[in-house]
Amino acid sequence: MYEADGSVRPHYRGFADWLARTSEAQLAQKRKQAEISFHRVGITFAVYGDESGGERLIPFDVVPRIIPNGEWKVLAAGLRQRVRALNMFLHDVYHGRRILAYGVIPESLVLRNSQYRPQMIGLDLPNQIYSHIAGIDVVRAGEGAYFVLEDNLRVPSGVSYMLENRKMMMRLFPELFSAQAVAPVEHYPDELLATLRSVAPEGSEKPIVALLTPGQYNSAYFEHAFLAQQMGIELVEAADLFVQDETVYMRTTQGPRRVHVLYRRIDDDYLDPTVFRPESTLGVPGLFSAVRAGRVTVANAPGTGVADDKSIYPFVPDMIRFYLSEDPILINVPTYRLSKPDDYKYTLEHLAELVVKEVHGAGGYGMLVGPAATKAELDDFRERIKADPARYIAQPTLALSTCPTFVDAGIAPRHIDLRPYVLSGKDIVVVPGGLTRVALREGSLVVNSSQGGGTKDSWVLEA
Amino acid sequence: MLCRTASDLYWLSRYVERAENTARFIDFTQRIALLPARLDPGRSEAAGWQRALDALGLVEDYQETHDTLSASRVLHYLIFDPANHTSIYNCVRMARENGRAQRGAITTEMYQELNASWLEINQMSWGQIVSDGVTPFLEWMKTRSAAFRGVVVGTMGRDEGYHFMRMGTFVERADNTVRLLDIKYAQAEHDEMNAERDVVAYYQWSAMLQAISAFETYRKIYRDTVTAARVIDLLIYRSDVPRSLATCCDALHSILLRLTGGEQIEVVRLAGSLAASFRYGRIDDVIEEGMQPFLDRVMQRIDRLTLEIVRQFMTSIDVVAA
Repeated sequence: MYEADGSVRPHYRGFADWLARTSEAQLAQKRKQAEISFHRVGITFAVYGDESGGERLIPFDVVPRIIPNGEWKVLAAGLRQRVRALNMFLHDVYHGRRILAYGVIPESLVLRNSQYRPQMIGLDLPNQIYSHIAGIDVVRAGEGAYFVLEDNLRVPSGVSYMLENRKMMMRLFPELFSAQAVAPVEHYPDELLATLRSVAPEGSEKPIVALLTPGQYNSAYFEHAFLAQQMGIELVEAADLFVQDETVYMRTTQGPRRVHVLYRRIDDDYLDPTVFRPESTLGVPGLFSAVRAGRVTVANAPGTGVADDKSIYPFVPDMIRFYLSEDPILINVPTYRLSKPDDYKYTLEHLAELVVKEVHGAGGYGMLVGPAATKAELDDFRERIKADPARYIAQPTLALSTCPTFVDAGIAPRHIDLRPYVLSGKDIVVVPGGLTRVALREGSLVVNSSQGGGTKDSWVLEA
Repeated sequence: MLCRTASDLYWLSRYVERAENTARFIDFTQRIALLPARLDPGRSEAAGWQRALDALGLVEDYQETHDTLSASRVLHYLIFDPANHTSIYNCVRMARENGRAQRGAITTEMYQELNASWLEINQMSWGQIVSDGVTPFLEWMKTRSAAFRGVVVGTMGRDEGYHFMRMGTFVERADNTVRLLDIKYAQAEHDEMNAERDVVAYYQWSAMLQAISAFETYRKIYRDTVTAARVIDLLIYRSDVPRSLATCCDALHSILLRLTGGEQIEVVRLAGSLAASFRYGRIDDVIEEGMQPFLDRVMQRIDRLTLEIVRQFMTSIDVVAA
């Protein structure tokens, strides 16, 4: 919100004026109102490892994050470019493997990756799209450039919070929306449905789309139900589906009904026990045979994980140059791969300054934030790295941008990131904004909801 | 609509209806228990609760976890016991669970109602309910059920899901009406031995009408004193009474006709013949057959119908039409 010299950034001026006129008591009251409403509507998530087993609210901050239009345009172009290249990469590694032949990415990183699915080799997907829904985590840092922290190409979640947060802000502070032109996000479900329909198997005139969920005890179940309802499609569990003659059917009150596109919110491993993980009781036996026969489109496709793996991440800028012959618009965070001797040495020497992540980790689990870690934690991590260097990458801690946030002590700056959602079907669509996550603990850089993060409404100004 | 969705919605509304009916059942039993001892010599307070459990088909289940029977223990069992799968507490919980599983198929407001009821009952303590008196709790339950019903009628699209929800309501309600008559009938047999049976009978049948909020309706229809024959007529044959078997079965028949597009299949036939038996039946049939055999037979027919509903709509045979 503020420039380095302490002045208010121009696009925040309208909001800063409003904030100055609004008392903390009023904000507290609005926040309470939001909490009650979120609880009643049941916008909750489950936390793994939380013994109380209950549903928790993700803390919602009533102060919006604002992005000026010019900045968004660059960001959106960068996101489109990046996701295009990632999809081309996925098609390539399951077909000609040109990028490996040219030595742009070491072959072993791809082919020996646990997320590489040999079953997908040679399969042709509609529009050659693998990751139809991508959530790209970016941060604004240093001089104001956007860095990509992570590509989420498998089953990115959180978009329901983007939509619900906006709804909540419009309810709590209608006056803010009449004063400024905020780009709408409410059409996301329509765009999502259009995207999914556009990748239906050839010849399906009115494709039936269904959303596959692991069920109501999944941490993101609220989002699954929410999206299915917003799109007006069936919310199915594996037990609702069966496959006959390489065709997927739902079990309905009117008998079997064909499904053309399956928007799945479960991991590859649990899709089809006959192909991926035989001991899994979840999944739809035979589903993959229908994918192979081109009788159903699974979105995102199996095997996208090979492109968002942290060991592949350092190569994404090279992918963009290789496939698109363009310079990357968005910057990667410099990344040390600990399988390389130089990087390994540097990391161990500078552990207290770095963020170390597990290559296959996700959700903020299993990571070390050097500057915030105790000596014991540093020592512990050092041992873990020594035991298996290739499991880790390290990145410098960025001077992340902050945003005013309403915390117990009043309004105070907190670090934020942004997850915009990129939809790829016949076209690529990016709904303006995304999900802003905020690290509620002072000085913390970890925004994951499982680690005490909250969310904010994200505004892209229209002019 | 998915078979699972149909089943969840059907059970969701059954649970809500059952929670309300259990509240009404308790209300009725409490009213009976208030009968002055002078009119009810030698009858222990526990006997009424024993009959209530019996009518609800819960005697064995109760005995598994309880060695003695008393009003307060049965009240706890019926209202708040987490071990009783059909306690009001569990009905509210299950209704909300089903609603949560089917959030995509119901409206946001419907879920809010279910969720609010659950959050509220989950905050209550049994000690508090007892010290406030059970009646306010029963009122709360009836109001929550009515609010939910109102939101269903007011917000839910008239799609298949709506019909399955209505179906659950009427199945559960018909089932409950049979049980109510059953408990009252068991009572009536005893009363014939009682010198002041008319007073007692009047008191008991009135209590039943009040528990199901049908006292005013009764007065409007008959404009006469409360008698057993008329109450039985009201609860079985009157098509203008919302909880009568005639009303419930007629509603089930028309819902099934809509769901099947008029196709003459077994489930429609079963509901149709059941509805017709009440539409064209007379109280004399009951008297001739005897109340108990009559009620047993009706219960069997309702059970058969519900099994057929499950077979027809909620189980998949996975045969793809060529």
